[in-house]
Amino acid sequence: MRGRILDIKKLAVLTGVVALTLAGCAAGTDSDAGETASTETAAAETVEAVAVSDIKICVYTHGDGGTFWSVAQAGAEKAGEDLGITIDYQGSTNDSARQAATIEGAVSAGCTGVAASAPDPGAIEQAMLGLADAGIATVTMNSGSDVFKSLGAFTHVGQDEIVAGREAGYKFNDLGATNILCPIQEAANVGLTDRCAGARETSTGTVTDFNLDGGLQDLTAASAKIKAALEADPTIDAVFALNADIAAKAVLPAVQDLGRDIFIGTVDMSEDALNAISAGDIVFAIDQQQYAQGYLSVVLLYLNATNAHSLGGGLPMYTGPGFVDASNVEQVIGLVAAGTR
Amino acid sequence: MTTQIKDERVSQTSFATKMLQRPELGALIGAGVIFFLFWSVDTTGNFAAIGGTAGWTDIAAPIGIIAVFVALLMIGGEFDLSTGVMVGTSGLMAGLLTTEYNLNVWVAIALVFAFALLVGFINGMVVVNTGLPSFIVTLATFFVLRGANLAVTKELTGTVRVANVEDSNGFDQAHAIFASKMMIGTSNFQVSIIWWILATIFATWLLTRTRFGNWIFASGGDKVAARNAGVPVNRTKIILFMMSSLSASFVGIMFVLRLQGMQAGQGVGMEFFYIIAAAVGGTLLMGGAGSAIGASIGAAIMGIADIGIPYALWDQDWRWTFIGVILLAAVLVNTWIGTKAKGAKR
Repeated sequence: MRGRILDIKKLAVLTGVVALTLAGCAAGTDSDAGETASTETAAAETVEAVAVSDIKICVYTHGDGGTFWSVAQAGAEKAGEDLGITIDYQGSTNDSARQAATIEGAVSAGCTGVAASAPDPGAIEQAMLGLADAGIATVTMNSGSDVFKSLGAFTHVGQDEIVAGREAGYKFNDLGATNILCPIQEAANVGLTDRCAGARETSTGTVTDFNLDGGLQDLTAASAKIKAALEADPTIDAVFALNADIAAKAVLPAVQDLGRDIFIGTVDMSEDALNAISAGDIVFAIDQQQYAQGYLSVVLLYLNATNAHSLGGGLPMYTGPGFVDASNVEQVIGLVAAGTR
Repeated sequence: MTTQIKDERVSQTSFATKMLQRPELGALIGAGVIFFLFWSVDTTGNFAAIGGTAGWTDIAAPIGIIAVFVALLMIGGEFDLSTGVMVGTSGLMAGLLTTEYNLNVWVAIALVFAFALLVGFINGMVVVNTGLPSFIVTLATFFVLRGANLAVTKELTGTVRVANVEDSNGFDQAHAIFASKMMIGTSNFQVSIIWWILATIFATWLLTRTRFGNWIFASGGDKVAARNAGVPVNRTKIILFMMSSLSASFVGIMFVLRLQGMQAGQGVGMEFFYIIAAAVGGTLLMGGAGSAIGASIGAAIMGIADIGIPYALWDQDWRWTFIGVILLAAVLVNTWIGTKAKGAKR
């Protein structure tokens, strides 16, 4: 029995010793690194704004790491690679509180500049303004084209959803569509409702919103719901899908099942959607070019840090809508497969 | 004065063994190891400093406030899966009452708390009266609230978020109490940390120093024996459900004041984090044993990981894997240390 007590005591002592040793080593290396870095920066500051090797651009989005956001992240990280700077990308998976806390922590994380997406501007407003106070330059990307100034950012990089919807409306007019269904796969995303609203502005027919919340998590169920909606109204002759996976894996199967002549247009791209465009099943995909949203945000903040540029002229910089249709789909297909479009 | 005669029939447990029998110690050691791990891979130099501490406590506090009460409920033998969505419901409700109906923020907060207590009461009543597993009952509540969050918000605002809460009456005072920041050194610390500490102290006192705390352990350990011994098991469980709902609504209020609004999907998915924090802290999933301090340590571990991973410039997707690994490791270590310590009584 005594043996067992000693075992536990030994374990506790061993753990303590190991932990303290790790702490000692870590503290040693960190304080050394910290001192050298600060002397370097101090010297460099007399020559240029910030030493390039010290630049860390933080890209804090609400993204979920899926097909769309992984491309935006790839863009940001490629820019970091090309420019030789550090990138910290974090997506909060639609959790505003988490995104606010992450942005709030940018100062401690050592960010030189921050690019944030703003689907819910009120949530990150205090955090973003706090960064402006701390002298950290910010831009907004992907969402927030009309609020970037109130968040203290010098520009916005992205696509305006209403503009994208309007262009889609024109395209549907060219096709002669009179009754367009607009399935919304993320109920909590105002950008999606904006796209349908934009299409409604320019379409000569009617555009009807359709609740497909959770569609991306269960594409087969989404397909069944769309099929039901199409059967319920036989006059629907077009579907404006707001996501490439929804278009290719939910809308297209439903339309093919019904065998009706229905035009399908979508927003954003995926390999399947582009193959469908090649095959003539989907007419167009609106490309907001999110790779460029990531890449450009990093470049803008880099130029701000190294040469004090504030680009954009107080206006948003648009990366879309670009259109991918039968005329350019082959080229884009190769790029999507590479994960860069 | 006569010297005390040591009775050789009574064995003494060493202090170390007594400490190791406590469920929190395993969690504390784990937290220490994880902290040192991230300290050693930190690229910013700020992890173990004021800045990093402000960061991880900011993430841990809203998890911790709810996790301690979820731990109490788990010790009492039940689960509550509706806590995550209740955070969203509370924030949305407070936001809607102030922006759509122009109520004073304080009145809205009082109504939200009353609603949360009602939901907790219903959860408890259904569980004790039907005998259904609380996992199922609260899962149903979760879906009911999730749908209501979206539908009611859309009905009243036409969109899926509540915004401009900062324009309402009483916002500034409420913000000062629930969502303000304190500058310590060079960094801002959220006031939620103070609420977290208070919640932990209250829950620990309730659990270890009051008769009600004994009833919690008894209800979770063996409710039939407890009832036969005169413990009001049903009443205890209902009160525990009400407390976990109330703690969730408290965090919801904190969020809506800090974020100046709320999205309809807020909070969904967080219910598992609270349960994981409680389990990592030494609370058994089958009830009857556990610790509120341990749940706070579990929440702290999550905060440390959430800050440590980006500071190490690792892909932040690893956070999920990390949480899965620490959950398994923590429960294994807790069980092992506990068994060893219990076995080494002499």
